[in-house]
Amino acid sequence: MAIDVATVRKVASLSRLRESDERLESLAGELNGILGWIEQLNEVDVSGVQPMTSCIEMTQPLRDDVVSDGDKVADVVKNAPKTVDGFFIVPKVVE
Amino acid sequence: MTDLTKLTLKGALDGLKAKQISSTELTEAFIGAIETANPALNAYVLTTFDKARGMAAESDKRIASGDARALEGAPLGIKDLFCTKDVRTTACSGILDNFIPPYESTVTQNLWDDGAVMLGKLNMDEFAMGSSNETSHWGPVTNPWKSNASNAALTPGGSSGGSASAVAADLCLAATASDTGGSIRQPAAFTGTVGIKPTYGRASRFGMVAFASSLDQAGPITKTVEDAAIMLQSMCSYDTKDSTSLKVDLPDFSSFVGKSVKGLRIGIPDEYRLDGIPAEIDALWEQGIAWLKDAGAEIVRISLPNTKYALPCYYIVAPAEASSNLARYDGMRFGHRTEAATGLTDTYELSRSEGFGKEVKRRIMIGTYVLSAGFYDAYYVKALKVRRRIAEDFTNAFNSCDVILTPATPSSAFELGDTAKAADPVAMYLNDVFTVTTNLAGLPGLSVPAGLDSKGLPLGLQVIGKALDEGTTLAIASVLEKAAGFTHKPSKWW
Repeated sequence: MAIDVATVRKVASLSRLRESDERLESLAGELNGILGWIEQLNEVDVSGVQPMTSCIEMTQPLRDDVVSDGDKVADVVKNAPKTVDGFFIVPKVVE
Repeated sequence: MTDLTKLTLKGALDGLKAKQISSTELTEAFIGAIETANPALNAYVLTTFDKARGMAAESDKRIASGDARALEGAPLGIKDLFCTKDVRTTACSGILDNFIPPYESTVTQNLWDDGAVMLGKLNMDEFAMGSSNETSHWGPVTNPWKSNASNAALTPGGSSGGSASAVAADLCLAATASDTGGSIRQPAAFTGTVGIKPTYGRASRFGMVAFASSLDQAGPITKTVEDAAIMLQSMCSYDTKDSTSLKVDLPDFSSFVGKSVKGLRIGIPDEYRLDGIPAEIDALWEQGIAWLKDAGAEIVRISLPNTKYALPCYYIVAPAEASSNLARYDGMRFGHRTEAATGLTDTYELSRSEGFGKEVKRRIMIGTYVLSAGFYDAYYVKALKVRRRIAEDFTNAFNSCDVILTPATPSSAFELGDTAKAADPVAMYLNDVFTVTTNLAGLPGLSVPAGLDSKGLPLGLQVIGKALDEGTTLAIASVLEKAAGFTHKPSKWW
């Protein structure tokens, strides 16, 4: 299934990336090359095989439901591009 | 006085303990070496010499009072993927170019708790996505090795190119690194150093900038197998801050170094004999087999039938996880935010497009595509099923062998700016053809330098162990190390 420029544009948008038209063209070629190479997975018989989401067999560990950390507002906002009084400043979300 | 930077980690620790050298002397020697070499090699993206001097002084006090810990006074380099408290950590991405972590990764905390000294942060491919260290925001690393046929600058491999180059050029005693598809073992092979990726879950991922969480694993790059065992001992731990951390005992890894391998069964997978691989790589593999036979091991032919599907499987799973992990870089809470937009979506898109490099963007887009509606089952779920087939291959193979021996890489180090590889992403991805299977299966893998090719460049052999059996992996590697007698060093041109 070949990818056209419109599809690449849609994927870029879903990825929250903006690329120039010229770059989208060349990305279509690159992605087609990579996905074409990946197509060989269709040769593998995976009937009855469960998807493998982790390479270790373990049950999800649960920690005690207690407060163990916190009160670090200054640390949390330290690397933010814009802050005021311990809050993040973000662009307007609701018009 | 002898050059202290030439010491192995073990040699330096012995010298420190015996008070023949001080950590301050050792640290100053490395600072001098870095100042001379780094303009040429670009291995360090940040040096922390003042911090190093402070840590060394503290270690010297500890040693004097008989209070030395396992790595007391040993100067190390830290891959820029590991968050270091109050020390800039960028994962070599423009999107994090001013990020100062308010916390420490568990792996590095373990090293400092054992008394190690931090010299600085080491270069890498952006977010560990690359095999040549050319995707770094801070520019490529140069391999200290050069071909005897040309003066061209070579890649140290990637993504842990800074770690490999720094260890090979004696710019630290040892370095931390990380491996998602071969990022420890391929650079180790390209630089004549030792690199081990332990079993998935051995080392905590807390504070390690995420690439593909089900594959990422920390490990060391060192000068010797024994040094790898020492580093691994300190880096690995059970950590409640990482939900995939394994609550298992840590064996004494050093006790396996030099241990007899008599009677051990070494699996040789038929499927790793690839078309188009240089004859020298095959010859080295045969040599490795002969060395292990001489040491009393038994050679067993094994089959890992799904090997050829490992790379395409990886290039679905890893980008899928990366696209999800890297969604956090939105320009809001940390990292780069564009100056060129005011609206929310525009800010997201431009911040990310300005901050991420080309390869990272390409992988985010592949990941987004294979996870998108209509393609999820055909690509992502399919890859997860193939991944289980690949893991089962190993389970079956380990019924008839104890460890597996393979080449580490399909070639020796190639030139920086290789235009064929730059133009064809798949050609670059093939670097990981021998290493990526162990990430998919979560197994320990180690690369040990075993010889030089006709260009005078190092080549490595890979030892793959059963899950949690780093011990036997190290034992086999130390036999190979001894038999190879690999004492070559790059000639100093910097």
